Amino acid sequence: MKSLKITVLSGKGGTGKTTVSVNMALSLPNIQLLDADVEEPNSQYFLHPNFDKEEQIFRKVPEIDQETCTACRKCVDFCEYNALAMMLDEVLVFPEICHSCGGCEKLCPVNAITEVDRVLGVLKHAETDYDVDFWQGELNIGEESSVPVIEGLKEKADNQKDVIIDAQPGTTCPTIEAVVDSDYGILVTEPTPFGLSDLKLASELMDELQIPHGVIINRAEEDSDYIIENFCAENNIDILLKIPFKREFAHLYSDGIPFVLEYPAWEKEFKAVFDKIRGVLNEKNYSN
Amino acid sequence: MKKITVISGKGGTGKTTVVSNLAYLANDLVLADCDVDAPNLHLLLNPEVNNANVFKSNKLAIKDQDKCTDCGVCYDVCRFNAVDPVSYDIDKYKCEGCGVCVAMCPADALSLKLLDTGEIYNSTTKFGPMIHARLKIGSDNSGKLVSEVREKAVETAEEKNKDLILIDGSPGIGCPVISSITGVDLVLFVTEPSKSGFSDLKRVAKVIEHFNIPALAVINKYDINKKISQEIEVYLKEEDIELVGKISYSSDVVDNLRNAQLIVEQDKDNIVSKEIKEIWENIQNRINQN
Repeated sequence: MKSLKITVLSGKGGTGKTTVSVNMALSLPNIQLLDADVEEPNSQYFLHPNFDKEEQIFRKVPEIDQETCTACRKCVDFCEYNALAMMLDEVLVFPEICHSCGGCEKLCPVNAITEVDRVLGVLKHAETDYDVDFWQGELNIGEESSVPVIEGLKEKADNQKDVIIDAQPGTTCPTIEAVVDSDYGILVTEPTPFGLSDLKLASELMDELQIPHGVIINRAEEDSDYIIENFCAENNIDILLKIPFKREFAHLYSDGIPFVLEYPAWEKEFKAVFDKIRGVLNEKNYSN
Repeated sequence: MKKITVISGKGGTGKTTVVSNLAYLANDLVLADCDVDAPNLHLLLNPEVNNANVFKSNKLAIKDQDKCTDCGVCYDVCRFNAVDPVSYDIDKYKCEGCGVCVAMCPADALSLKLLDTGEIYNSTTKFGPMIHARLKIGSDNSGKLVSEVREKAVETAEEKNKDLILIDGSPGIGCPVISSITGVDLVLFVTEPSKSGFSDLKRVAKVIEHFNIPALAVINKYDINKKISQEIEVYLKEEDIELVGKISYSSDVVDNLRNAQLIVEQDKDNIVSKEIKEIWENIQNRINQN
């Protein structure tokens, strides 16, 4: 059976992506978990990994040789991100906002620009006690662009294993980079107007990327779930699971304890979600 | 005029709930929703939109197939894997609009096209003007849209002579967050007592320190885990971040949210309302000190 790559995402932050990713990973055999929420990677607080490998993620930024530079402004005018500026007769570089496109170096008529490596973030690996192969990406403080860290992280995906990717909230570049080549997206939401509004955005994104997806309602409450259920029914989106609103779950979360460890009956529920996803994808493949 | 941005590091800690309830207490201010990726403030404040403007800042390389000679230079120079190795078509999600392919194309077959990044709204709420935006799905450049919202809010405050701008920020520590705190007087952290919340707070606090902006903090749902709340309090003291209040965990908050109501307005005697009121008084004291 072909292994699956599933990304867990949400429009809104704090809906329970990490809760779903971690508990699901712990419920399945032969699994790899990639924490791609590189601005705030939190799966580590639930898996207590002893990191055994670290790889830095670099990107290229320009360095100007002021001796050679003739202050012709070609590079400054070219840069779409305003990462270069002219101060008197000198070109200044703002490396944090540079996108590392390499254009300035190529265009400089006097070869006054060289590209140097800048550390953007780090990838960390651990074999965890729970038999989950774990990688996380971490963006360095003060850096703006998460995408290269997420790209590097995705290269660690093991195609012999089923892979769960914990994405960053939102619908912009970092979230897209995490999910773009996944087989399936799990959208985690909560039964509030905020949850619904942001679920709509996430689902619109998945439609645009043409990735099959389903919904998990976290903090589900019987008399409020209709907020999400109505939307899913109207748009023909599967509801894969409901995780009830319980103060006990919130407390376990706060202490970094995955609730499947305290309530092992939930393993079955997460396995069922995974089987359902596999079924949906198989059906799609047959019909194609 | 004072500008305060509310951020958290971790998502879902209660930024928007705090902002909207503080807006009620402040009563006369300018609001800005800089969480352009997943804006929610409008759901609670129900603003009347006076005008909407398309904001363009994204660029995308466009190929003129008639001029293209299939030489492959664009593929060679693109750092973002946005050019297909066979067809040399450009992937609109991967293209970052840097213009390298445009500059290097020997056949002059490529150009940069300006795209819609999103829409900006100039609106009115019960408590004053509100600037908000909606980023186009899958769009790049949220940072620029955030800056635009922030700048529009400042213009509006100057025009209408308002003393306070309250900015709802986005989760994380990356580009939209950095754009939302540029040039503000104070940052208010809304955190929660969980291992993740605490760790994310520390990361975002380092960003703020990097930009040298004074910070205040609120611990939301503090009684979910009193031990971690205490650890956060110790940390805040060490970092010289003033704790302006703690908010109790209450399902009344979510109930009000579900009805698009503000708890401080609907249920003045609720413990949460009292706590938020005290937070507002402490913030005012701090503003007046500066």
